[in-house]
Amino acid sequence: MSGRASNQNMVIRLVVIVVGMFGFGFALVPLYDVFCDVAGINGKTATTAAVYQPNQIDKSRLITVEFLTRTNTGMPWEFQARTKRLKVHPGELTTVEFYVRNPMRTNYIAQAIPSVSPGEAAIFLNKTECFCFNQQPLAAGDEAVMPMSFYVDPQIPADISYFTVQYTLYDVTARADTLDTKDNPYLKRTSATP
Amino acid sequence: MTKPTNTTSHEATIADELALNPDHHEHHEHHIPKGMMRWVLTTNHKDIGTLYLWFAFIMFLVGGAMAMVIRAELFQPGLQIVQPNFFNQMTTVHGLIMVFGAVMPAFTGLANWLIPMMIGAPDMALPRMNNWSFWILPFAFAILLGSLFMEGGGPAFGWTFYAPLSTTYSNDSTGLFVFSVHIMGISSIMGAINVIVTIFNMRAPGMTWMKMPLFVWTWLITAFLLIAVMPVLAGAVTMVLTDKFFGTSFFDAAGGGDPVMFQHIFWFFGHPEVYIMILPAFGIISQIVPTFARKPLFGYASMVYATASIALLSFVVWAHHMFTTGMPVYMEMFFMFATMLISVPTGVKVFNWVATMWRGSMTFEVPMMFALAFIVLFTIGGLSGLMLAITPVDFQYHDTYFVVAHFHYVLVTGAIFSIMAAVYYWLPKWTGRMFNITLAKWHFWCSLVSVNVLFFPMHFVGLAGMPRRIPDYSLQFADFNQWISIGGFAFGLSQLIFLALVIQACRKQGEPVSDRVWDGAHGLEWEIPSPAPYHTFETPPVVK
Ligand code: HEM
Ligand SMILES: [Cu+2]
Repeated sequence: MSGRASNQNMVIRLVVIVVGMFGFGFALVPLYDVFCDVAGINGKTATTAAVYQPNQIDKSRLITVEFLTRTNTGMPWEFQARTKRLKVHPGELTTVEFYVRNPMRTNYIAQAIPSVSPGEAAIFLNKTECFCFNQQPLAAGDEAVMPMSFYVDPQIPADISYFTVQYTLYDVTARADTLDTKDNPYLKRTSATP
Repeated sequence: MTKPTNTTSHEATIADELALNPDHHEHHEHHIPKGMMRWVLTTNHKDIGTLYLWFAFIMFLVGGAMAMVIRAELFQPGLQIVQPNFFNQMTTVHGLIMVFGAVMPAFTGLANWLIPMMIGAPDMALPRMNNWSFWILPFAFAILLGSLFMEGGGPAFGWTFYAPLSTTYSNDSTGLFVFSVHIMGISSIMGAINVIVTIFNMRAPGMTWMKMPLFVWTWLITAFLLIAVMPVLAGAVTMVLTDKFFGTSFFDAAGGGDPVMFQHIFWFFGHPEVYIMILPAFGIISQIVPTFARKPLFGYASMVYATASIALLSFVVWAHHMFTTGMPVYMEMFFMFATMLISVPTGVKVFNWVATMWRGSMTFEVPMMFALAFIVLFTIGGLSGLMLAITPVDFQYHDTYFVVAHFHYVLVTGAIFSIMAAVYYWLPKWTGRMFNITLAKWHFWCSLVSVNVLFFPMHFVGLAGMPRRIPDYSLQFADFNQWISIGGFAFGLSQLIFLALVIQACRKQGEPVSDRVWDGAHGLEWEIPSPAPYHTFETPPVVK
């Protein structure tokens, strides 16, 4: 029969596995993101601007892109897509606009999170400009019109002819880096309270 | 199958004296502390096994009482008895208690009692850790149950605690929930480490790997699953905790996280977890069926390999719980086929049990009755699982009562029935007395009928679209739900018969039994006296 020492040895090795698996649980977080990024499957789009290459427009195809907006529970802003749906040629640069208004008596900071469905289309949606790249501050009563410019990668698979981009607006006032509401470049009309 | 051939003279005298001269008992057990402190301080694997089993039984009754609340509310459509928030707490805590408080501790209790006796070891390898791993459990559940009395109630987000339900939309009792899950996890990890070290280091001479009883094998593999996935669960609850209280955004899209990722992490733990709750059951059934068929187990080696392959495959099927989250088609296909693959080794097991009984001289003692019910009813659960594994079909069945029917067939008539079978099988060895067979048969038949009245109609209401975890339902489901509730109350009451029986048995009522108890039983635990003495195999037997 093996003695105490060999028990201790095994316990140590098993505890190492336990600690390793605890770490692995957390490692799943970046792994998940990397995997989804590479495979482009969870409907997430890039968080930084793409650079537009103008010469490769595929006139033979038309892709329907639909825009949906929603506000997260507890987010009181008005939020609408000015263009609900449009058809684009792959490679063609297009700009659409979104309208927001802060109807409250306090300043808010918002963050828009896009989600593309079907998820496989996400990596073919290239945004050269998007309000979702930054947090959006809006003073009480203010409105803004926020542009989003994109082109669809001509490599988009032939079986995708229609996809939906949904923006969800989250209230991040509590956790935001303090942004000056006057800084908002998209500001359209302010309620002019000094 | 195995027999200690040269029992040492020392052991023989103890055995003989205990059997022939019960007065000698006192002499031999004089160093067992008396009273409460015996149980608090004990490091004896049999005592700890008993503690685990009683704890599991109490939790089974507590969780069962919550199920009664659920079924009472669902007896009729509309809200009658409880408010939705309390209803949600009941479904949540019922699930948590049954999984972590009843099924898992019961298996650990059986492991404690049986593994040392089956492999010819004097005790578990790490007796003091064993004491700790049991004694932190009551605290975990006291915290969980206590959280129900907090302002705003306890956890109400389902046992799966999906984010953002458990982060954004939960109340402050979530902190207690996380703490209690951490303690449960630590307890099961310690238990698993103990099982692994015991099996690796404490086997009697001659007890080679492929001679180990299947209960030992299945527990060894379960223990590895436990140390692989319980830490991932601990990670998941920790992330929920920091998301909720410390401003991280693991699962919050606004902060760059992803709520769907929660489900991936949870089910990476969750699917192996369901096998943690069934592999020891496979082991139990593989011990019982040969005894009462009076034939050795058919396909012993294939049983071992099937168990191992189920365990390995269980790591690559988790997303079958997430078919409706919008995965791309090729991933849905992968998880569909991987899931279906698991039914191959599972089928091997069912085949082997049936083949063991084939042309055996079968008798139908109570443990065998439960084992047979297990085989039939667990298979029904496996088949509904197979239906759920078909991705396009799951889109309709997901989050309906069909899923509830599926996992109650595999868990109640699977895991729980196997635990009851095990108790009836080994109880005479533990107490030295035959239990009250009449009561046991009542318990069996009442449970068998009521459990099917309870869970079978759930298939139908599920297919018809009744969603799970909702306190109200549309009128067309009313009749079936009434039946389900009646079955539920009857099943709950039937368990009181079991309680009475076990109390009787612990008070040493009933006829004394022989060492072997069942004439077809084989294995080291049947070679020692009944009741099993406090210390066994202090000199290891030699297994030929
Ligand atoms: C043939 C083997 C099995 C197959 C193919 C299978 C398949 C599935 C599938 C596809 C689901 C997801 C259903 C949905 O949510 O839409 C599921 C749920 C579940 N299964 Fe199984 N299963 C099998 C065996 C088992 C076993 C042995 C257990 C436990 C002992 C188990 C416990 C569960 C539980 C607890 C759930 C529901 C979890 C929840 O959402 O709360 N299954 N099963
Ligand atoms: Cu599963």
